[in-house]
This record gives sequence, C-alpha cells and structure tokens, in this order.
Amino acid sequence: MEIKLPTIVIGVIGADCHAVGNKIIETILTEEGFSVVNVGVLSTQEEFINAALETDAKAIFISSLYGHGEMDCEGMREKCQEAGLDDILLYVGGNIVVGKQGFEEVEKRFVSLGFNRAYPPGTPIHAGIRDIKIDLNL
Amino acid sequence: MENNLLLIDFGSTYTKLTAIDLINEEIIGTAKDITTVESDILEGYEKALSKLKEKIGCIDFGSHLACSSAAGGLKMIAIGLVPELTAEASKRAALGAGARVIKTYSFELSKREIEEIDSMKLDMILLSGGTDGGNKKCILHNAKLLSQIKNKIPIVVAGNKSALDEIEEILFNYPQVVFTENVMPKLNLINVEPVREEIRKLFFERIIEAKGINKTKSFIENIILPTPAAVLEAAKILAMGSENEEGLGSIIIVDIGGATTDIHSIGKGDPTLDSVNLKGLEEPFAKRTVEGDLGMRYSALSLYEAADKKDIKKYLSGVEVLKECEFRHNTIDFVPLSEHDFKVDEGLAKLATHYSMNRHVGRIETLYTPIGMVMNQIGKDTLEFDYMIGTGGVIVHSKNPESILSAGIFSESEPDILKPKNPKFIIDNHYILSAMGLLAQKYPTSALRMMKKYLKNI
Ligand code: B12
Repeated sequence: MEIKLPTIVIGVIGADCHAVGNKIIETILTEEGFSVVNVGVLSTQEEFINAALETDAKAIFISSLYGHGEMDCEGMREKCQEAGLDDILLYVGGNIVVGKQGFEEVEKRFVSLGFNRAYPPGTPIHAGIRDIKIDLNL
Repeated sequence: MENNLLLIDFGSTYTKLTAIDLINEEIIGTAKDITTVESDILEGYEKALSKLKEKIGCIDFGSHLACSSAAGGLKMIAIGLVPELTAEASKRAALGAGARVIKTYSFELSKREIEEIDSMKLDMILLSGGTDGGNKKCILHNAKLLSQIKNKIPIVVAGNKSALDEIEEILFNYPQVVFTENVMPKLNLINVEPVREEIRKLFFERIIEAKGINKTKSFIENIILPTPAAVLEAAKILAMGSENEEGLGSIIIVDIGGATTDIHSIGKGDPTLDSVNLKGLEEPFAKRTVEGDLGMRYSALSLYEAADKKDIKKYLSGVEVLKECEFRHNTIDFVPLSEHDFKVDEGLAKLATHYSMNRHVGRIETLYTPIGMVMNQIGKDTLEFDYMIGTGGVIVHSKNPESILSAGIFSESEPDILKPKNPKFIIDNHYILSAMGLLAQKYPTSALRMMKKYLKNI
C-alpha cells in the first residue's frame, strides 16, 4: 500500500447506538488508506477530542443517526478550540436531525455550529472521502 | 535446585527476613529489625540476620533475593498528553512497577512545572504522549524542557514511536534515558508491561546505588523489585497459576498500611451486567492503585477527611473519631493495646478498605438521554471476582479480619460501584506476600504452592 493518508477520528455521538454504519465507515476509510481511530458508538464530544489530540488527527467524522445530532454537536467547535485543535476539520453525517427537514436549512445550522461539512441522510461515506481530499489538498 | 533461600524486604521501617526451605516448601523462620538507610543498610540487615540465626541456627542459603521500599520507595512522576489517556496510562504503568507516583502531568509542560519537577527529589521520570503515529508536538516539547532539568534523574520514554528519533536527538547529552514501547500505542489500548520492565531494570541498576543499597549487592544477588511490585507479582502468580499448578482465579488484594492503602486486582474486569457499554482507557490485567490519603497512622487524618459522615457513623459509632485520628496521625508508631484501640483501628481499616476499593474498581455511569437511559461501565467490573485477600498489620492482627474485608464488597446502597459481590476471604497472616512475589521470580510453582499452604482461608 502507498503511504498512509492522515488520521481521521470517527464515531457516533451522544446516546446514539446505531453501530452498523460506523463499522462500515471504519472499513471503507481504512481501505482508502486513512489511519482510522474509531471511538465507537455512544461517544461524547470529549472522547472525540481526546482521541484527536493523542492521535494527531486532521479530521473528525461524526455520525448521528437517531435524530438528536444537532443538540449533541453543539459546542463541539468551541471545545476543539479550547483543546488546541485549531485546524481540525469537522464533518457530520447520518440522519442528523429528526424527520425530513429541508436540508439547506439544516446545513446552515451545522455550519454556524462550526462544522466544515454536513451531509443529508443517505449520503454515502464516499462523499466525505472526496471532500476531505479537497479540504486537505491530498 | 538449591535447598534454602533467604528473602529480604528492605521496608520503609523494618528490614524483614524470611528463610525458606525450598525442598519441603516451608518457612523455616522470620525475623526483622529497623531499616538503616542513613548509616549503612547492612546494619539493620545484620541485626535481623542474627535474630534469625538465634531462632533457626546457622543455615546456608543458596540465594538471597531482596525487594526494597526503603528511603521513600521508588519516587516517580508520570507525564502524558491527555489526562484521561496517555497521562493516566503512564500513571498506571508506574504504579504497577511498584512506584510511588508523586504527581501526574499532562499537555505541554511549563517552565514552572519543570522547576517543580526539579525540586521534587525524584528517582525517575516516565515520559509519554501520543499514540504511535499520533501527536508528536507535545512529547517533543516536554522532552526539550526535561533536557534542561538540573537533577539528571533517569527518564523512561514510552511515547509515540514516530517521535523517538527526535527525542533521542533532544536528549542526546542527557545521561540516563531509556526508550521503550508506547504505553498507549493505539487509542484506549494500554501497554504497561514493557514500561514496567524498564522501570524495574532501572530501579535495580541505578536507583539502588543512589540509595546506598548497593553495599548489599556483593552477596544479595539481586534487589530485584520495589516491594509493592513484589506484592503485585505474588498476586499475579496466585491468580493465574504457574506452568504446573493452577491459580485461584480473579483476586483482589487489600493492603492497608500506616500511610497508604494499596489495592491490587488481577483479572480482566469485563462487563458482567447486561447492556452496559464499556468506556474509556483499557484497564491493566494486573492493576495496582495507591491511596495516599487513606491509612491507619500518618494518613488517619486525611482518611477522616475523605470519609463520609454516614460511613464514619456506620463503622465507628460511639467513637470520638477526629480525636482518635489526630492521635494516630501524631503517633505513627502507635501499637493498639486495649480493646478500645483495636476497635478504633478496625473501624478505620473498614473506612480505608471501603474507600480504596471504591476508587480502584469500575463503576456504572447512567446517562439519561432523549431516548432513555444508557449505562456506561468505566473501569473494572469485579462483581464476580473470586477472592479478596487481606494483608497489612491491621488486618493480620485483627480478631475480625473478615469484617474489615467485608467493608470492601458490593453494597446495594452503592449499586453503581462494581465491587465483588460474594468473594471468598483470605488473610495473609504470616505476612508472606512480598516474599512470595520474590520467590516467584525464580520458582513460581513453589511460591504458588507455599501461598496456598500459608495463606489462611476464612
Ligand atoms: C438498525 C436500526 C436500529 C437498530 C440499531 C442496531 C445497532 N446497534 O446498530 C435499533 C433497533 C437498536 C435502533 C434503535 C433506534 N432507532 Co433506529 N434504525 C435502524 C435502521 C433501520 C437502520 C440503521 C442502519 O444500520 N443502517 C445501515 C447503515 C450502513 O447506514 P447508516 O447508519 O445510515 O450509515 C451510513 C450513512 O448514513 C453514512 N454516514 C453515517 N455517518 C456519516 C458521517 C459522514 C461525515 C458521512 C459523510 C456519511 C455518514 O455512511 C454510513 C455507511 O454507509 C434505521 C433506518 C434506516 N434504514 O436507516 C433506523 C433509524 C436510524 N432509527 C431511528 C430511530 C428513531 C431509532 C430509535 C430512537 C427508536 C426508538 N424510539 O427507540 C432508537 C435509538 C436507539 C439509540 N440509542 O440509538 C430513526 C432515526 C430518525 C431520525 N434521525 O430522524 C431511523 C432513521 C428509522 C426511521 N426512519 O425512523 N435502530
């Protein structure tokens, strides 16, 4: 395999225990050549951040499936800044809000929370891979 | 195989000798005298030896094995990056090596902290930070600052492997640096054994000399372990068994001293409850924790301060607890004589057991979320552990040792604290655990069989 791509922390935030997508994301990112650090389901913001600190991650991919993603993601960017993760990329995907809402609105709200990218339901992880390569000039 | 062995424990107060008949797997005799570090550590040893000879006559010993916690023990600090991750992993590794961890540092150190470290009279520093391939910045920064300390005490580096080359350059002129495997190579994965190994080697090679214990080297072939590490080694062999002899299963050792209470647990501690989610840094299979504020004499006052009013009432009703604790704090060589003294000591021992167990074992954290309750387990689940073993003067000399150990078992009033529910109790009434840990380094099966013979089931 060619040289390793940067480290990405992945996991499912909050009280959310949907595990299947998380495993799939781990497999695909690893196959693509990224170093993957998986904090798993039911993870707090602090767990994502601590993992990113120790592993020198360049991005955090947060999954939220159960509909409470917005609440769970509030304050994440501020905590990253507090911890010295100034340039870390924050992406979020899954079913990040309850029901079917206009995604443009949803996206705006997540951008204002400090997320670099937010994905509508059903977006495959490949979209994230494409974008991280753009955002990190890989 | 040799016939007789002499096991020596250079303790903080006493130098204790245990003579072993290896063929019959018997204790021939024991003796002790005051440890003499200021003058020559051999003085106390010789005195104890002549006491031993009075008891058992002149016997030839094949080997002499020793452990030591004299001169303040092995004083260390642990340095990591994130407090809950590499800093905690380093602390656990150092404790398991038998060290006294004076302080744990995290993130990039400041000049102030370096000055503090320099003034601490340490024996060793453990430097970690970053997973393999992970953060390098922090450990490099800390190595740079450490390279400037005046007291060039040995540094064990157990951090991000990708930073080792640079650290080696930074510490090129530093006299004593040892590199070993990362204490947390991957997130939440703990790797304590290589670090423990290096700490113990350094302890033997360098620390002993610094403390004037090398004088014994000529005839004591090895001061192989810090005393607490010897106890942990005994616990390991007792739990896991040796090649030819089965162990007891999962065990916990409660060791109550005057200044600290140590808990050792051997066992994985995976969840036994349904639908809990295991969280946080992995636990070492053989884990030691030390509570510096829970003890029978020097730490009696801090024990009082740490304890809950309702627990004090439960274990020490009708006692003027504060007064008794102050007295013990000020009279560290106090020996109980009256029934009242014993009763108070027993009550304090129960408090020490209760709190040190609560801090050692894992707990269930219940989160109330938008979709209901979620239960996380943090730390070891010891609910189903097989044995609890008591050692230390207050337990060994107590008429009711089981009541002291009982203060450390699971209670419905603290259902989230995962202490053993129904363990069998054992008392180390011959005080042999550290000696057996030493013996196990050479003859594990003999050590195990002797422990089975001499430890008392209650
Ligand atoms: C299986 C399942 C469960 C199982 C989960 C088992 C387990 N441990 O994994 C169980 C039965 C436990 C469960 C429980 C609940 N569930 Co459910 N569950 C599902 C279901 C049917 C499939 C989820 C799944 O595994 N999909 C397959 C994987 C591969 O896809 P994925 O998870 O979406 O992940 C992919 C993409 O989203 C994307 N992706 C994910 N994260 C990210 C991040 C980035 C950056 C990017 C780019 C892409 C990306 O890539 C992943 C891999 O391809 C979905 C419906 C559905 N069809 O999606 C509902 C669903 C997710 N559940 C739902 C709900 C409401 C719940 C409960 C709250 C129900 C309840 N009231 O109890 C609970 C919540 C429990 C909890 N604490 O989390 C809702 C969520 C509604 C919302 N968000 O608006 C859904 C959508 C059903 C629905 N239509 O109502 N559930």
